[in-house]
Amino acid sequence: MSKILVIAEHDGSALNSSTAKTVACAATIDGATIDVLVLASEAGSVAAEAAQIDSVARVLTVEHADNDKAIAAVLAPQIAELADGYTHVFGPSSTFGKDLMPRVAALLGVNPVSDIMSVENSHTFKRPIYAGNAVARVEAPAGSQVVATVRLASFSAAPGGNTAEIVSTRVNAARPSHTRFLKLQSAASDRPDLQTASRVVAGGRALASEENFEMVYKLADKLGAGVGASRAAVDAGYVPNELQVGQTGKIIAPDLYIAIGISGAIQHLTGIKDAGTIVAINKDEEAPIFEVADIGLVADLFSAVPELTKALD
Amino acid sequence: MEKILVGLKRVVDYNVRVRVRNDGTGVETDGVKMSINPFDEIALEEALRIRDRGEASEVIVLSIGSVDAQQQLRTGLAMGADRAILVEADPGLDALSIARTFKTIVDRDGIDLVLLGKQAIDNDNSQTAQMLAAMWDRPQATFASQIATEAGKATVTREVDAGLETVEIDLPAVISVDLRLNEPRYVKLPDIMKAKKKPLEQLAFADLGIEAGPAIKVLAVEPPAERARGVMVNDVAGLVAALKEKGLV
Ligand SMILES: Cc1cc2nc3c(=O)[nH]c(=O)nc-3n(C[C@H](O)[C@H](O)[C@H](O)COP(=O)(O)OP(=O)(O)OC[C@H]3O[C@@H](n4cnc5c(N)ncnc54)[C@H](O)[C@@H]3O)c2cc1C
Repeated sequence: MSKILVIAEHDGSALNSSTAKTVACAATIDGATIDVLVLASEAGSVAAEAAQIDSVARVLTVEHADNDKAIAAVLAPQIAELADGYTHVFGPSSTFGKDLMPRVAALLGVNPVSDIMSVENSHTFKRPIYAGNAVARVEAPAGSQVVATVRLASFSAAPGGNTAEIVSTRVNAARPSHTRFLKLQSAASDRPDLQTASRVVAGGRALASEENFEMVYKLADKLGAGVGASRAAVDAGYVPNELQVGQTGKIIAPDLYIAIGISGAIQHLTGIKDAGTIVAINKDEEAPIFEVADIGLVADLFSAVPELTKALD
Repeated sequence: MEKILVGLKRVVDYNVRVRVRNDGTGVETDGVKMSINPFDEIALEEALRIRDRGEASEVIVLSIGSVDAQQQLRTGLAMGADRAILVEADPGLDALSIARTFKTIVDRDGIDLVLLGKQAIDNDNSQTAQMLAAMWDRPQATFASQIATEAGKATVTREVDAGLETVEIDLPAVISVDLRLNEPRYVKLPDIMKAKKKPLEQLAFADLGIEAGPAIKVLAVEPPAERARGVMVNDVAGLVAALKEKGLV
């Protein structure tokens, strides 16, 4: 019997959809009982959302002013304390979970498993290595706790409609003050979130300027799509860092991905392997992006993209 | 601050197209170009800049793994590190043991700041910095794209999914670095010659008194699922038609 504790990701008021995806992964383990843990300053609305996720037995909340921002050094000792009695502790493989879960694992004295893409049994998983150019089947030691992150592009969010019990909990763990949150800068956007959008239009170095990137935004808006970018476009300052797709950016799985002026380096491709349909527009017919594209168009983006945007009127 | 410790992992160079071995035991590494993990190189560059601003006095590079990692340590010394430590161990050593090894050196040498890459591009784990920080009971600032140090503190900008988060941490601490932190310097030939005279200490993991594991066992390594070959269209009209056919527009 597996008893799994899933760590909720949230921004203080709303639950991140990564949580329902992590629950979906946990639910693929035979006979699992799943609890969700919400650490927050005020857990109310987040816990209420978590209680609706299918397969969740209970939602545990720990409310404290120090839990207002997700500081791993503050959260990890609380999670390690509450992990007692659980066979597994899962978190999302977002920057939140990647930061937090290895710290939890170290406190519990186990080796963590990063980026679970599928579950074979309670202790055997598949995970990508080498930027997704290989897949490893790994086995956690029998009888030891499994602390893991879940690769979000590999799981669809567990459905809602549940009414799990919400239980307020207390912990004794010390909350260190050596790490202090100062600020978060996010570029406000009305566009669909890159990580959950069903369509994404992404631009690369070839856009050549922040102004030209408008073209990508226009096409995205026409399609109701989120916007992404290659590392080169981010490094050049055309777009903010949170738009980066790839090994060191976001791993996404939209139904439609349109890559514009992106060469298709392995580090970029690893971020889009699970996309439904990949469209590539690139003037170089030898560009590696065409090896993975479902639909390829060899063309100059500066004429093709406006033309495409217009054609979709 | 006195001492900065930087981890350098020897990995398959990022430009190599890795191939899974036919017997499923791993990826082909025979005759393949090996390099410093790119994120670690950025960590070292940052440590050198901090030292060269006069905010630290010594930069130490540490590699844990096969004896061949001497090459990467020599490169680190040529970049400007003051001394190097090689802890000889099975290259597949588990993350807990790696973090414990770092902790052993941190305690032995009295380290104030540990700079690590945010992940190694071979196993893509992204674990060591966080685990070391936990064992050390010290702050961690992962995925750093900007670091400013001052007396006893560091202000770190982190690349997170929502954007850029800034945190202040007390030292000693562990920072893991992201790609946009800096651009590592190129090594010049005279520096390579000079580096040969710099100290490289060799230790054996087995002598450190660290209990290894229990490790996550790799049962098999497989190639990823291939995507089916797509179609090429001639013009924008063809693209629109293909999208319509798939019901995407
Ligand atoms: C450790 C590491 C991690 C990395 N992580 C990531 C990551 O997470 N995400 C990522 O994206 N990259 C990542 N990279 C970088 C990656 O290797 C590539 O350098 C990067 O993806 C290239 O971006 P690009 O395709 O926009 O630029 P380029 O490779 O320069 O490609 C530009 C493309 O635009 C085409 N083009 C030029 N002009 C036009 C035009 N007028 N019309 C149409 N097409 C045109 C060109 O033919 C070319 O194919 C990483 C690298 C390393 C070493």
